[in-house]
Amino acid sequence: MSAAGTPLLELEGVSKRFGPVQALDRVDFAVSAGEVVGLVGDNGAGKSTMVKAIAGINTIDDGVIRFEGEEVSISSPQDATGLGIATVYQDLALCDNLDVVNNLFLGREEVAPGFGRASRQLDEVKMEHETADLLSNLAVTIPSLRSEVGTLSGGQRQQVAVARSLLGEPKVVLLDEPTAALGVPQTKQVLALIRRLRERDLGVVVISHNLVDVFEIADRVFVLRLGRSAGNFTASDTTEEQVIGAITGLGDRDKEAQPTEEKR
Amino acid sequence: MSASEAPGAEEAKAKGISPGQAMRRLVQGDLSSVRVVLGLVVIAIIFQVQEPRFLSAQNLTNLMLQITTIGLISVGVVYVLLLGEIDLSVGAVSGLSAAVMAVLSVSHGWNPYLAIAAAVLVGASIGFLQGSLFSRFAIPSFVVTLAGLLAWEGALLQVLGKTGSLNINDPVITGLANTFYSATVGWIFAAVTIGTYGAVLALGYRKRVAAGLAEGGQLALIVRFVLLAALVIGAVTILNSDRGVPLAVMILLGFVVGMEYIAKRTTFGRHVFAVGGNAEAARRAGIRVNRVRIAVFMISGSMAAIGGVMAASRLFAVNQNSGGNELLLLAIAGPVIAGTSLFGGRGSVWTALLGALVIGSISNGMDLLSLSSAVKLMVTGGVLLLAVLVDAVARQQRQTSGRV
Repeated sequence: MSAAGTPLLELEGVSKRFGPVQALDRVDFAVSAGEVVGLVGDNGAGKSTMVKAIAGINTIDDGVIRFEGEEVSISSPQDATGLGIATVYQDLALCDNLDVVNNLFLGREEVAPGFGRASRQLDEVKMEHETADLLSNLAVTIPSLRSEVGTLSGGQRQQVAVARSLLGEPKVVLLDEPTAALGVPQTKQVLALIRRLRERDLGVVVISHNLVDVFEIADRVFVLRLGRSAGNFTASDTTEEQVIGAITGLGDRDKEAQPTEEKR
Repeated sequence: MSASEAPGAEEAKAKGISPGQAMRRLVQGDLSSVRVVLGLVVIAIIFQVQEPRFLSAQNLTNLMLQITTIGLISVGVVYVLLLGEIDLSVGAVSGLSAAVMAVLSVSHGWNPYLAIAAAVLVGASIGFLQGSLFSRFAIPSFVVTLAGLLAWEGALLQVLGKTGSLNINDPVITGLANTFYSATVGWIFAAVTIGTYGAVLALGYRKRVAAGLAEGGQLALIVRFVLLAALVIGAVTILNSDRGVPLAVMILLGFVVGMEYIAKRTTFGRHVFAVGGNAEAARRAGIRVNRVRIAVFMISGSMAAIGGVMAASRLFAVNQNSGGNELLLLAIAGPVIAGTSLFGGRGSVWTALLGALVIGSISNGMDLLSLSSAVKLMVTGGVLLLAVLVDAVARQQRQTSGRV
């Protein structure tokens, strides 16, 4: 939609080293508003390291991160959240013993007006109302907002986790393996939800192992291999084989989108 | 309830829920409490058949007085259990705090209220220390509080000195467990309780209706209100026909209601449940997990101290056995019997009261039958095991039906 302007989030020459391991090596990456970027690569290619760098869990050793064109330093998860970067981790980070409403508002509960901080009641009605609004906006259907999250299906839990990340009104959402371990219909639900995030003009980064899913939703596919950029494809005019070639590093001689860094 | 209501089903959905569903929800929502209440009825029948004095007003009043100490300590234990942790020091802390109060009051002539406050402060400080050690150094709470159990028992002996026992004669302190109110005061208490409960239910319901979220169903609310009103009226009638409503019972109920409110209706309580359910998720949600943990151990220590003060008041003394014997295990067993999970994140403060009632009834009934302590211990152990077994089976069924 607005991919023409400055990217929402931009990484330039970002490197990260863990002891002798060069986890990220001068990576350039960008995501714009209203764009879904699939981040793919083999195990150990640096996908998680990159997401953690953006989410503020790891600080980068070298390079520049720009948010809305401004150079920023992200050294803690709070920094990332403050900028408007939300992350949905693979293990979801939901409390199974709490219901949907309570999980959505965990850590930012609404309290009723009144005096004294400790004695103020949680405003359950307001929270439930806002939850219902948010979920219906996202076309997420959950039988009862008051059912414990532990009773929900994997797909519903994933949707709750994604919806939860939207409460802070982020501009960029990072999704770590959102469709892993989901059945076919549930995967469809989650992919549909990701499309709605794009319609809301958010920048979305989806890490996935599943190329079928990636091609179904992503506008662009960004490939990491051994910590380096190994390809940046427009999804609509790329084949799965080309991406697999970039992931494995085999049979990529005749590919035009090869980034220059690869050859140093 | 039948299949023939299919055309009306949608309407029922729009309006709320059918009476059948309401009943089911009522039962499901408090399944473990219902189970415990049934257990209490069975216990009452067994003892009543063997010993007709069991359900007499006098004995029921005694029973209520007997459970106040365990009940108060259990209130704090519930919070620790909600975290998925355990506090083995509550018995020793209750003894030590009571001893501090007794020494300050008897030997130093302190004002009784100040002495009680000092006891609570001792409990809270111990909780702070243990909570900090547990959360800061990630030592299992089991070990920290086991060390505490030994250390605070030693401290109790130290504080009591050579005589090993102190008699309390301050009327304020002894009055805590030995004050009974007149029938009029009892009925005012009942009216206020029932009125407040009704108002809370009605206001909550109106607010949900106004927000278009009324799905709770009026029937369930009315049933709950009637049940509570009947319970309160019945209890006050029985207590009034003996010595009157005891102050100790009001104190216990006050703490149970207040701490239940904090657990279920405030941000802090919500965070306790979250940390108990998934500490990592709580941390990522921005909750300061260690603060919550320390606060919970402070609550546990403070409630142990309050329970200790109550025990000292009942006994008119503090001695080397204060807070000892099986008090600790019963205070932990009570909430577990009544349905608070040992694994964290599930339970309510009411289980402190219900569990104390179950354990108190068994112990009281066996005393009436003059059973030996050998039998008493074995029976109490068996009941605890049975309760935990029932809980474990229920958990397994939840898991197989998709509830975790």
